[in-house]
Amino acid sequence: MENNTWSDDQPIVSIQNVHKSFGALEVLKGVSLDVMKGEVICIIGPSGSGKSTLIRCINALNDIQAGSIKVEGLEVHDSKLDQLELRKRVGMVFQQYNLFPHKTALENVMMAPIKVLKQPKDEVEKRARALIEKVRLQGKEDAYPGELSGGQQQRVAIARSLAMNPDVMLFDEVTAALDPETVKEVLVTIKDLAEEGMTCILVTHEMGFAREIADHIYFTDRGVIVEHGPPDTFFDNASDPRTREFLSQIL
Amino acid sequence: MSMRSIPGIHSHGKTDLPVLKPFNARAAGEADDLLFSRWLVSIPGYVWFMAIIGLVVGPQFAWAATSYTYSDALEALVKWMPFIVKSGFLFNVLISFFAMLIGTFLGVILGLMQISPNRFIKVPAQIITQTFRNSPWLVLLFIVLLALPFEMTIAGVTIRIPDWMKAVFGLCLPIMANIAEIVRGAVQSVPSGQWEASESLAFTRQQTLWQIILPQCFRRMIPPWMNWYAILTMATPLCSLLGVEEIITLSRQAIEAENNRPELLVPFYGFALLIFFAYCYPIARATLALERRFAVKL
Ligand SMILES: Nc1ncnc2c1ncn2[C@@H]1O[C@H](COP(=O)(O)OP(=O)(O)OP(=O)(O)O)[C@@H](O)[C@H]1O
Ligand SMILES: [Mg+2]
Repeated sequence: MENNTWSDDQPIVSIQNVHKSFGALEVLKGVSLDVMKGEVICIIGPSGSGKSTLIRCINALNDIQAGSIKVEGLEVHDSKLDQLELRKRVGMVFQQYNLFPHKTALENVMMAPIKVLKQPKDEVEKRARALIEKVRLQGKEDAYPGELSGGQQQRVAIARSLAMNPDVMLFDEVTAALDPETVKEVLVTIKDLAEEGMTCILVTHEMGFAREIADHIYFTDRGVIVEHGPPDTFFDNASDPRTREFLSQIL
Repeated sequence: MSMRSIPGIHSHGKTDLPVLKPFNARAAGEADDLLFSRWLVSIPGYVWFMAIIGLVVGPQFAWAATSYTYSDALEALVKWMPFIVKSGFLFNVLISFFAMLIGTFLGVILGLMQISPNRFIKVPAQIITQTFRNSPWLVLLFIVLLALPFEMTIAGVTIRIPDWMKAVFGLCLPIMANIAEIVRGAVQSVPSGQWEASESLAFTRQQTLWQIILPQCFRRMIPPWMNWYAILTMATPLCSLLGVEEIITLSRQAIEAENNRPELLVPFYGFALLIFFAYCYPIARATLALERRFAVKL
C-alpha cells in the first residue's frame, strides 16, 4: 500500500465520528472508538442500537455517510481502497454462521485462501486441517454444514475466517442462534483466540463472557456510545442511567 | 438483522429460528413452478387405460352403421404409425431439443443480467423477460415466422432458413424468458448472508456468483427447468400452423391420403395425444422425484 505509515503503537482499528443512515433512519450518530493491537473489546447494547451496523462498517459491508474508519492505517471507506487488502486483514463471523452449504467443513476453510489469495492447495490444506483441529473439530473435516450442529458450524466459520490470516476478527452475536449447551464451545474457541493475542471486536449479549474476556466494554444506545470502560468499572460502577437500566435488565 | 430462510437447506433442527427451518417449496400464495409436472403425474393410471380402451372400442358404436368400420380406421392408423412417429413426432422432439438448448443458453444470460447491480443491464433484461413470459406463444411464433427472412446473407454466404428453424427461434423465446425467471429466482432465494460471508472473505462479486451462489442453486433449478421442457414439447404442435412437417401436419396428410374419412380423426389425433403424454409423463415423474430429493438433503 502506498505510503501507509501505520505501526503497532497506533490503534489497529480507529473509528472517528462515524455517521451512518439507512435512508432517513440515522443508525450511527457520531461513533468513535479505538482498538489497539491485541485488544479485545465488547460492544453491548439494546437491540436496534446499531451494534451490527457499526461492526459491519469496519469491513465495509456497510458504507458510511460521514466520519472515518481506519484499519491498520487503511481508510476503509475510501473509494480507491483495495477491498482485497482490507478483507485480508479483517475476518468476520456472523450470527447465522453463513457456511457454504455445498462445501464440506474443510472445503469451507480452504476456499478463500485458494480462490482469493491464490495460495497453493496443499499448503492451504495443511493449514486448514490445523485450524479445524484448533477449533476442536477433528474428524468433521468431510462433514457438510447441514450435518453439523450450530456450535460446530460456528466453529467452522471461525476457522474459515482465520484461514485468511486476519489481523482483526469481528464477531457479531456469534452465539445468539445457538443452543445453550453449544454456546460454551464457541466461547472457548474465541477465548483461545483472544489469549493468543488476536485483536477481537465482539458484539455479544453474554455479559459474563464479556466481563471475563474483554479489555474494554462499549455500551451503545440509539446510535451513540453512551459509556465505556474496563469491564470491572463498567459492570460495577456504571455512571449513566441508561447503562444501569440495561444492565439491571440483562444481569 | 432480519432473518431469512435458507431454501432447500436442511439443518439438524432443534431450533425455532426460521433461518434453520427447511425450505418449504410452496409457501402460501407462491406460484407453483412445477404445476404442469404435478398435474401430469397426478393423472391416475386408469385414465390412461380408459383412454386407450375408448379409442379402440368406443367409436365402434358411433359408426357401426357405415361400411367403413372403426377397425378399418385403426388399421389405417397402424399403417401410418411408423411414418407419423419417425418423420413426425421425432421432429417435434428435435424442435423441442433445439428450442430448449437455445432457450436455456439465452435464459441463463438473461437471468444473470436481471441480478446485475448495473441498472442499464438489469432493467432491459427485466423488460425482455416479462414481455416474452407473458406473450402468447403462437403470436411469438408468427412474429418470428414473418420477421425472419427465408434466407440470409452473411459475409457473402447465403443461408436458407427453413421454417422449422424459425419455429425453434419462436419457441425458444418464451423458454428463454421462463428460464431467466428460474435463474433469477434461484439466485435470489440464496440468503443474503451467503453474499456477505463471501464478500467478507474477499471474494469479488463475480467469484461469489459463480463459485458460491450458482453451485448452491444449480440443483434447485433442474426440476423447474425439466418442467419447462415438458411444457415446450407439448407446445411443439403449434409449429404445424407454420407448415412445419411435424406430427400434426403429417397426421393431417395421412388422413387426407386415406380420403379424409371422419372416422380417422379420433384415432389419429388421439394417437398424437397419447404419444405426447407418453413422452412427457416420465419426464414429469423424474421432475417431481428430483424435486423431492433436492428438497431433503443438500
Ligand atoms: N440494511 C438495512 N436497511 C435498513 N435498515 C437497517 C438495515 N440494517 C439495519 N437497519 C436498521 O438499523 C437499526 C440498527 O440495526 P442493527 O442491526 O445495527 O442493530 P443491533 O444493535 O445489531 O441490534 P440487534 O441486537 O437486534 O442485532 C435498526 O433499526 C435496523 O432496523
Ligand atoms: Mg445485531
